[in-house]
Amino acid sequence: MSSREKILNAVKKNQPALEPLPDVAAINAIQFDDVFAQFGTVLKNIGGNVVEVNDLNKVSQYVQHTFNGAQNCITTIADLTGVSQLNIQEDAHALQNVELAVINAQFAVAENGAVWITEEQYKLRVLPFICNHLAVIIHKNNIVNTMHQAYDLIQNADYGFGVFIAGPSKTADIEQSLVLGAHGPKSMTVFVL
Amino acid sequence: MSVTNAKHPELAAAFNKDAARVGWHDETLWWIRQKRDKAAWTLPEWEELRETASQIKLNTLSNLSEYLTAFEKNALANGAIVHWAADAKEHNEIVHKILQQHKVTQLVKSKSMLTEECGLNDYLAANGVDVVDTDLGERIVQLANEHPSHIVLPCIHWKKEEIGELFHQHLNTPKGNADPQFLTEAARIHLREKFLTRKVAITGVNFAIAETGEFVVSTNEGNADMGAHLAEVHIACMGIEKLIPQRKHLGVFLRLLARSATGQPVTTYNSHFKTPNKNQQLHIILVDNGRSVQLGREDFRNSLKCIRCGACFNTCPVYRRSGGHSYHTAVAGPIGSILAPNFDMKKNADLPFASTLCGSCTNVCPVKIDIHNQLYKWRQVLTEEGHSPKTKTLAMKLMAFVLSKPAAFNLGGKVGRKVMRWFPFLVNNKLNPWYKQRDMPVPPKQSFTEWYKKNKK
Amino acid sequence: MNVGLFIPCYVNQFYPQVAIATLQLLEKYNCTVHYPLNQTCCGQPMANSGYEKLGQQCNELITESFVAYDYIVCPSGSCTLHIKDHLHSEKNDNAAQGIRKKIYELAEFMVDVLKVENIDASFPYKVGVHQSCHGQRGLNVSQMSELVAAPFSKTDALLKKVKGLELVQLDRVDECCGFGGTFCVVEEAVSVRMGQDRVADHEKNNVEVITGGDMSCLMHMEGILKRKKSNVAIKHIAEILNGEPILSFPEGREKGKSLAEIDDVILSPEGA
Repeated sequence: MSSREKILNAVKKNQPALEPLPDVAAINAIQFDDVFAQFGTVLKNIGGNVVEVNDLNKVSQYVQHTFNGAQNCITTIADLTGVSQLNIQEDAHALQNVELAVINAQFAVAENGAVWITEEQYKLRVLPFICNHLAVIIHKNNIVNTMHQAYDLIQNADYGFGVFIAGPSKTADIEQSLVLGAHGPKSMTVFVL
Repeated sequence: MSVTNAKHPELAAAFNKDAARVGWHDETLWWIRQKRDKAAWTLPEWEELRETASQIKLNTLSNLSEYLTAFEKNALANGAIVHWAADAKEHNEIVHKILQQHKVTQLVKSKSMLTEECGLNDYLAANGVDVVDTDLGERIVQLANEHPSHIVLPCIHWKKEEIGELFHQHLNTPKGNADPQFLTEAARIHLREKFLTRKVAITGVNFAIAETGEFVVSTNEGNADMGAHLAEVHIACMGIEKLIPQRKHLGVFLRLLARSATGQPVTTYNSHFKTPNKNQQLHIILVDNGRSVQLGREDFRNSLKCIRCGACFNTCPVYRRSGGHSYHTAVAGPIGSILAPNFDMKKNADLPFASTLCGSCTNVCPVKIDIHNQLYKWRQVLTEEGHSPKTKTLAMKLMAFVLSKPAAFNLGGKVGRKVMRWFPFLVNNKLNPWYKQRDMPVPPKQSFTEWYKKNKK
Repeated sequence: MNVGLFIPCYVNQFYPQVAIATLQLLEKYNCTVHYPLNQTCCGQPMANSGYEKLGQQCNELITESFVAYDYIVCPSGSCTLHIKDHLHSEKNDNAAQGIRKKIYELAEFMVDVLKVENIDASFPYKVGVHQSCHGQRGLNVSQMSELVAAPFSKTDALLKKVKGLELVQLDRVDECCGFGGTFCVVEEAVSVRMGQDRVADHEKNNVEVITGGDMSCLMHMEGILKRKKSNVAIKHIAEILNGEPILSFPEGREKGKSLAEIDDVILSPEGA
């Protein structure tokens, strides 16, 4: 008998009688008066940075100004001028020198400061992790209260890889001292359109 | 790595030789418990969430065979390769075989308590494979030739000055520099080179979704993603209890996990791996290693609900004052103490007794595992299975004999108190563990029973 | 109301004054209190050590002794919880199951059943409450700090009615003291450290008297306090509510002499 059969047989034999699945939608989840304000507060608390902008030009200006004329900055957003476009043919390892990556996120979550990004939006999986700094763009009306609403939006979307990112990469493994920039980005900026 | 046959009381006593360090360890973990409380209180629905999570996991366990086959089917359709391992040995062999197929002898690994449980690092080292743990805390204990002392905070028992010295020896950092920011930066540079050069990455799995065949890995550092997305082969190792039925259930668990673990609203990264990366092979290893047996133990099956947040460690007054290594098992703390006897009753018979049964663990558990009740029940099972010392059995039988007869109890009490009054040195000595650091109560002349007979009856 | 008094074995032998205070206190609130003489112990020392089955004779004694009462009251949360959770009888299990439903820890009995409004006692000291784990997390005598739920404390509610008593807020409101039954000797090092830390919290917050519903926890902390010659005293809540111990604290405490020492002289051995 294969291990697969052995395990499945043992599980089948030992699992208790079927118990009902609770209704997640019945949870009386928190609602914020102002999801944008809540998102901004939480993101700041976890080391992130919120910048309100009117259009992509403002993003471009911000990047030029903050990241040394956008040197070694790349983006996957076609309409974002002044920042080099990502060459998707590139070997992922070559991204190690990227200073800043600017990508689109689908929506943000007020309760925890996270944004939802899927691979289809930015092509090379490692990009938002390997860059020294990360910037994402969301629309102000795409901020939900909680993770329950987040998964209501995601539904059964068919992505290859998707990720919630909440702030810069961090660690507190050395005596619980918080350090931003463990292995991934040292900062995260969320532009809110 | 160090292997010990010592039991929890001895190991904890050794840890307690350095009183200042115990205080520091306790305060550090208590601080995290307080952060957890603060995070929980931000959500009025906290208790409802715990209950829902607990029910989802109960449903999962009650239908696990179906969920496992559904997960396998969907994962295969997504392009992953699925393996089944009955035990730790088979798990390690599967990993090794994959490495051999790709002619690889070096790899990076992000945090996976399952691989700790299976002893994968030692196994691979013995087979000439170089494993680099990439979680900062895990890398620190790995460089020190130790095991993690906490499932979420692997090097919580290390002081920054000691880490500075360790990095000085292994990473050539300047002697005496113990600045966490500086040391983390040094580790970042050291590990980035590994991420960029290793062809195989192993990750753990926090949740696997039966409905979609995807799995979620939660980290703060981004090390799982750096490893997995840069590798040609990604091996994800998971216990079969990591399943949850549907994607939307992640909403419940991700709201609970980080808040319970560290008091963060969510971990920095919650990566949903569905299909293999471009030009990559994705292997998923489903490991039983005693879980199906635990599933059949009615009193203990709820332990399989565990999502490895570590909240029960941080709140446990015994863990905080005995250190993770005193539990001599991959998963320490209260949850480890109810999981470990399932693996090996004889070896781990001491662990369910390393608790005052205060119940705080049960209250912080995000999936409402009745941990302290299971500790109590394991004590009964271990005794019945003959894993109790003979001297203890004898003492208990004697106690039961005295307590079973009111006359014997009253007489014994009277004699005992007299002896204590007349010959205090008989109890106030080094052989009495109570007396070592505590005074004995002063025995009164009369028991309450004697008083009652005289004054009331 | 007919109340049967269940007295923990170690209280019977080492702290009779706690049992006397419990009895007198209940009588003040018009309970008819009896102490069945055939009781010994709740069986927990064996059960928590993994020998629950050896406690069966204790179970039978409890069942026979208490079947006839309206309520059973015990000045210990831990023993009460053990009986509530585990009592069963091979001879008369109906009676045993009934007892499980009508046994109360002293403070919860006074609040939930007697609905005590006034307490005729005075205790002009700074008091720290040691909320024992089994009373709290097992019996819900007070809210647990881990839960997101409204706070309450039956113990505190009673103590607040005592004249002159000043309740002190601790840094860690419900941390275990480390007694834990046989844990206190099997895991001596950790147990003592837990006790030391618990006591330090009270000392740091200028507590003069530590009280609580479980003499076992208090005995453990008393042992630690005495060893370090601390000025902090230990009193079971029954003694404070009964108003008796006030007599044992002389006007203007003698300088240099700890409350504990004074109390020992007057209350403990011969007097009882």
